[in-house]
Amino acid sequence: MKLSNKTKVLEQGEMTFAERIYLPAIVGGMGTTLKHFFSKKVTIRYPEQKRYLGPVFRGHHILKRDEQGAERCTACGLCAVACPAEAISMVADERKKGEEHLYREEKYAKVYEINMLRCIFCGLCEEACPKQAIYLQHDKMVPVFEDRSEVIFGKDKLVEDMNNRYLREGWK
Amino acid sequence: MEITSTLFTAKAIYVGVIFAITLGVAAYSTYFERIIAAFMQDRVGPDRAGPFGILQPLADAVKMFMKEDFIPSQSSKWLFIVAPCLSMLTALMTSAVVPFGDKLDLGGGLMLDLQGVDVNIGILWVFGIVSLGVYGILVGGWASNNKYSLLGAIRAASQNISYELAMGLSIIAILMLSGSLSTKTIVETQQNGHWNILYQPLGFVIFIVCAFAECNRTPFDLPECETELIGGYHTEYSSMKLGFYLFSEYINMFISGAVMATLYFGGYDYPGHDFIHDKFGNNVAALLGVGALIGKALIFVFIFMWVRWTLPRFRYDQLMSLGWTGLIPLSMFNVVLTGTSMLFTVNEGGSNWYTVAVSWAGIVVMLVVTYLYNESQYKKKKLAVG
Amino acid sequence: MNFWYFLTALTLLSALMVVLSKNPIHSVLYLVFTFFCISGHYVLLNAQFLMAVNIVVYAGAIMVLFLFVIMMMDLRKNMPDSKTTLTKLAGAILGGTLLVIMVAASRKMDLSGQVMPETFSSQTGLVESLGKILYRDYVLPFELVSILFFVAMVGAVMLGKREAGERNF
Repeated sequence: MKLSNKTKVLEQGEMTFAERIYLPAIVGGMGTTLKHFFSKKVTIRYPEQKRYLGPVFRGHHILKRDEQGAERCTACGLCAVACPAEAISMVADERKKGEEHLYREEKYAKVYEINMLRCIFCGLCEEACPKQAIYLQHDKMVPVFEDRSEVIFGKDKLVEDMNNRYLREGWK
Repeated sequence: MEITSTLFTAKAIYVGVIFAITLGVAAYSTYFERIIAAFMQDRVGPDRAGPFGILQPLADAVKMFMKEDFIPSQSSKWLFIVAPCLSMLTALMTSAVVPFGDKLDLGGGLMLDLQGVDVNIGILWVFGIVSLGVYGILVGGWASNNKYSLLGAIRAASQNISYELAMGLSIIAILMLSGSLSTKTIVETQQNGHWNILYQPLGFVIFIVCAFAECNRTPFDLPECETELIGGYHTEYSSMKLGFYLFSEYINMFISGAVMATLYFGGYDYPGHDFIHDKFGNNVAALLGVGALIGKALIFVFIFMWVRWTLPRFRYDQLMSLGWTGLIPLSMFNVVLTGTSMLFTVNEGGSNWYTVAVSWAGIVVMLVVTYLYNESQYKKKKLAVG
Repeated sequence: MNFWYFLTALTLLSALMVVLSKNPIHSVLYLVFTFFCISGHYVLLNAQFLMAVNIVVYAGAIMVLFLFVIMMMDLRKNMPDSKTTLTKLAGAILGGTLLVIMVAASRKMDLSGQVMPETFSSQTGLVESLGKILYRDYVLPFELVSILFFVAMVGAVMLGKREAGERNF
């Protein structure tokens, strides 16, 4: 049955004399490999050298603070709902008096955990967040973990460091 | 007595040095094989152990030693242990007759021959030991009590026997030229640039193809063909026994490189030998000769690896038909051609360039005749079809 | 001389093991070892060429083929005892005859260990003298044998060559 008109009948004729004594083809092939021997390597020495990941790369999650250093997250739970892998879980709490410099809204996440074994880095949490609190950093990967006890990242690993703020190119 | 004992000590040191060089080259061949493979595939290769990964062989050796040494319960235990040792033994024994250098002056009229033993059957010794190399594979494959191992072993045996014939015939042409079986004499007749490759281009091509087959290297590594036989004859081997097999392969490569350099590329001869001999004395020239031979052998090792990462594996019937219907008739033709070229030399009063011209012209004539024959056959077939 | 005794004992022992070992593979390997011992004897006789040829041809090629064939056999299968009384009798007669011949021959042997200085040459076994004898005194038989081998080899090549219409599997 003919499905399309793209079919090509491959005609392999009798091998020529030069092909049959192998040697010219072998020498040609060795020339090709020798060319590659001196050509630029396409791989890099990874942990020492790193490639530029691009502005839309989705890496390590971060919980943003605002300009005053207060956490933006209000523990609404939309990210957890949006998450297709169900990697996010949180416990909400009410802001006390005198904590205004720590939390921007009246409700905040006391516990905020992401299971990095479940996370698929799809970025839907980032899109779902109404407070611009969670982002996936474009320049930082999640570090390698060696034990199952290390895979759940709590607030200690997620909340932004004020001395080393995360900025995207468009924000500046 | 004094002289004998000094010579004996010197010889013992020489043997130890050659042994160390062989093992060192073999160890680093594993590293360079991976580096070369990586470079030809546009990769970086092993670079973690030490600067540029030069401690990689050490790391590999540690890994090999630390692994569990497993012996299959239904195997023939003794033979299973003996086989890799046999492989290693035969690989190391060949270097005894390879002349690594000229004579070294030890002072007091003592001349140390930089060769294990100069027997007058040198090249036959190499040939004999190489033909024994298959026992390690054959016995190991059978003792594993594994069908894949056995198939690998049987392939190795038939392959080695087939290619030994062509190899022997191509050596015969060399023997005709030098008139001796001694490797030393073969090298001495090639001094001052009269390398056998000029007289024996066809013989060299046959020899190097056979050397690939005898070393079980790609494109002839059917005995350990992964896609068909898992690991071939060393499927059941682990730990240092496997290491011995792999190691003996690299030793074989180095030694066959040295043998090829000896037979076809003037052995320890190098351009400017006389100049250095006059200027810096005998010993410097001799030691440089050792360097030249090892350098040539290493170039061959590189070619072995280069070919491995270029060519795909042959199919088994292709391998056999190349050996029996390709190389053996070719090598017989080479013997006849060598005879003819020598006949011309006798008439011309020993003009070497005449021999060279005749041997190259002979190859051209052979190619043309084969081409014409092929064309006529092709036409006949076409007529029959059409 | 001591080494000669050692080598001879080793040769005889391994030759015995060829016959005595139950496993055919072991038999073949002992036979290979016997060939090595015999090669050692050649070396003691200063016949290096024969030693090398013995290793190349017998240990390196023929025994590999033996091993090759024996490996193909199913050794686990309990073969019915093939040694009937007739074969046992024939074997006994053959072995006995060989023993008689060897005893008779060894009785005629000169065991005094004297060498005749006028005919003795340590170079007899070397490849040069062997070649001279082969190509001077025995040229015709030698060439005939080589033609025989050549014909056999051409025959092998012809058997290996595929015919035009044959299927390429």
